[in-house]
Amino acid sequence: MRFSDLIGFAWQVVRGSRSRTFLILLAMSIGVAAVVVVSSLGEGARRYVLNQFGSLGTNLIIVLPGRSETGGINPGVVVAKTPRSLTLDDALALTRSQAIRRVAPLIVGAGDLRWGSKSRETPVLGSTAEMLDIRHMETAQGHFLPAGDPHHAQPVCVIGAKLRRELFGARQPLGEWVRIGDRRFRVIGVLAAQGESLGFNTDEIIIVPVASAQALFNTEALFRVLVEAKTRQQVPQAKADVEEIVRTRHEGERDVTVITQDAVLATFDRILTALTLAVGGIAGISLGVAGILIMNVMLISVTQRRREIGLLKALGATGAQIRAVFFTEAVMLALGGAAVGLAIGELGQWMVGQVYPDIPFSPPWWALIAAPGTAVVTSVLFSVSPARRAARLDPVMALSRR
Amino acid sequence: MIRLTDIERVFTVGDEQVHALRGVNLVIGPGEYLSIMGPSGSGKSSLLNVLGLLDRPNAGRYELEGRDVTGLSDDELARVRRERIGFVFQFFHLVPRLTAEGNIELPMVLAGIEPAERRRRLDRLLAEYGLESRARHRPDQLSGGQCQRVAIARAMSMNPSVILADEPTGNLDRSTGQEVIALLEALHAGGGTLVMVTHDAEIGGRAKRRIRIVDGRIVGDER
Ligand SMILES: Nc1ncnc2c1ncn2[C@@H]1O[C@H](COP(=O)(O)OP(=O)(O)O)[C@@H](O)[C@H]1O
Ligand SMILES: [Mg+2]
Repeated sequence: MRFSDLIGFAWQVVRGSRSRTFLILLAMSIGVAAVVVVSSLGEGARRYVLNQFGSLGTNLIIVLPGRSETGGINPGVVVAKTPRSLTLDDALALTRSQAIRRVAPLIVGAGDLRWGSKSRETPVLGSTAEMLDIRHMETAQGHFLPAGDPHHAQPVCVIGAKLRRELFGARQPLGEWVRIGDRRFRVIGVLAAQGESLGFNTDEIIIVPVASAQALFNTEALFRVLVEAKTRQQVPQAKADVEEIVRTRHEGERDVTVITQDAVLATFDRILTALTLAVGGIAGISLGVAGILIMNVMLISVTQRRREIGLLKALGATGAQIRAVFFTEAVMLALGGAAVGLAIGELGQWMVGQVYPDIPFSPPWWALIAAPGTAVVTSVLFSVSPARRAARLDPVMALSRR
Repeated sequence: MIRLTDIERVFTVGDEQVHALRGVNLVIGPGEYLSIMGPSGSGKSSLLNVLGLLDRPNAGRYELEGRDVTGLSDDELARVRRERIGFVFQFFHLVPRLTAEGNIELPMVLAGIEPAERRRRLDRLLAEYGLESRARHRPDQLSGGQCQRVAIARAMSMNPSVILADEPTGNLDRSTGQEVIALLEALHAGGGTLVMVTHDAEIGGRAKRRIRIVDGRIVGDER
């Protein structure tokens, strides 16, 4: 039997029994679509998290006061009390390292921001001019904090896009004086809208010089120091330098925690990849169910087509030919189901993407291969027994029973 | 051409043994026209199935065209059936989803004959059996007589040396049955070997050689 005839014959069968074909295609395509959608959700989450970390900065190293092996980054909380605080001079000392490009000290607090009769409780960040580049921020209007001696408390501030909208509306904010507590600051810049990034919304904050923040919150202690290594290769060197410099300055105490962006990224990458594989695999179980369905439907088909099988044998079909007829049918159904499933999966993933436009949903490459591959392999495996049963039919019996 | 020696066919139904064929000896020469008659259950179909290599005898020896086919494997038997034997059944046994053309073509498809050659033979067969206008009709759109013509054309598509017909008119009215017999006899006239099982004494009587079988034994062989 020629291959094209085999295809043609199977096609006639598939086309001839519409509802049966529809049922199998449905089961197969749901399985494939489930794998595609679920794994693309996982992959989307993974990429989202990686992008978020990436957008924090390049070759970023974060220094936290206090020694802990598992320091999380959560800039929302007010200055943590630690045995020995990290000071502005500690931060500035870090620039001595050859591996470090720039350093931005960070103080975080909450303040009552007032302009005219309007007032608003906002997160207040104290930092330096370096912060703009380290954190990949941009200004929409005016300037960022001026460069210069960080110990000098200039009465200027930069506000987030949302804050500007809520406080000033359509009015020009540059040059206006706002109050935080009992201090006055002149607005010199507005940040470009950036949105949420890891729970830290730069659209709602106000940034003041680090010395002003120290005075405002009456503390010397820094919340974090953001460090940017010169290159990616120099990140480990920069980390070592940070630890060494702080240790010498703190009388030999190693009392800071240094987190590199790469380490955090790698951890998240591992966790989320494993998660995606796991949920994809669970969705893949539905393909096994579809395979069992194919087996049952094929067994019924063998019973229904006894006479036809008997006839084919009488006309000279070998057992191998009969088996090939059934396998071709199964593979054809599986491929059809896989194609429909991939289409549905893409559609489903697109629709989820419409609801959550920020998350880059897309199926991982392995899912696009594994889902249709599993579909074809399971349907072939599950049609072995029906095909063998058909091939073993006794032609006389098959033909005589009406 | 065909030589059956001491053929036995025994079916076991429950604890009982049914002897469908008992010690059958039969020699059929090339180009012979045989009818097999006998009461229902006498073993006519069993004999035809053994002749057509669809069934294996429990004992005895079968030579086809000088070759012992008794011990061939299933696949070898299938190949011999495909090349040498054409079947015509009482219930036509057409594949319902295939057109008349598709049904006629089936043995050639199984044999892997290339499409151009298939087309040539198809056109000839369709013309020969007056089915040109019905080529693309499916069995449920054909009359009984047309179905049996499709079945005969199918049996002829591989130019077999033997045509085996099991009550080919059993499911047709008298005049259509006559037409079908005429077609089969034309095949024989063209040089083919024809073995036909029938209930109908009149049809059976037309054969050059008439075998009578009762209770699995050949009891009459008239020429
Ligand atoms: N597959 C079978 N299993 C059991 N008994 C069978 C089978 N086929 C035929 N027989 C028995 O063998 C005998 C001959 O049957 P068959 O050749 O079909 O007769 P005929 O065609 O002359 O009517 C009958 O008694 C029948 O019941
Ligand atoms: Mg019979």
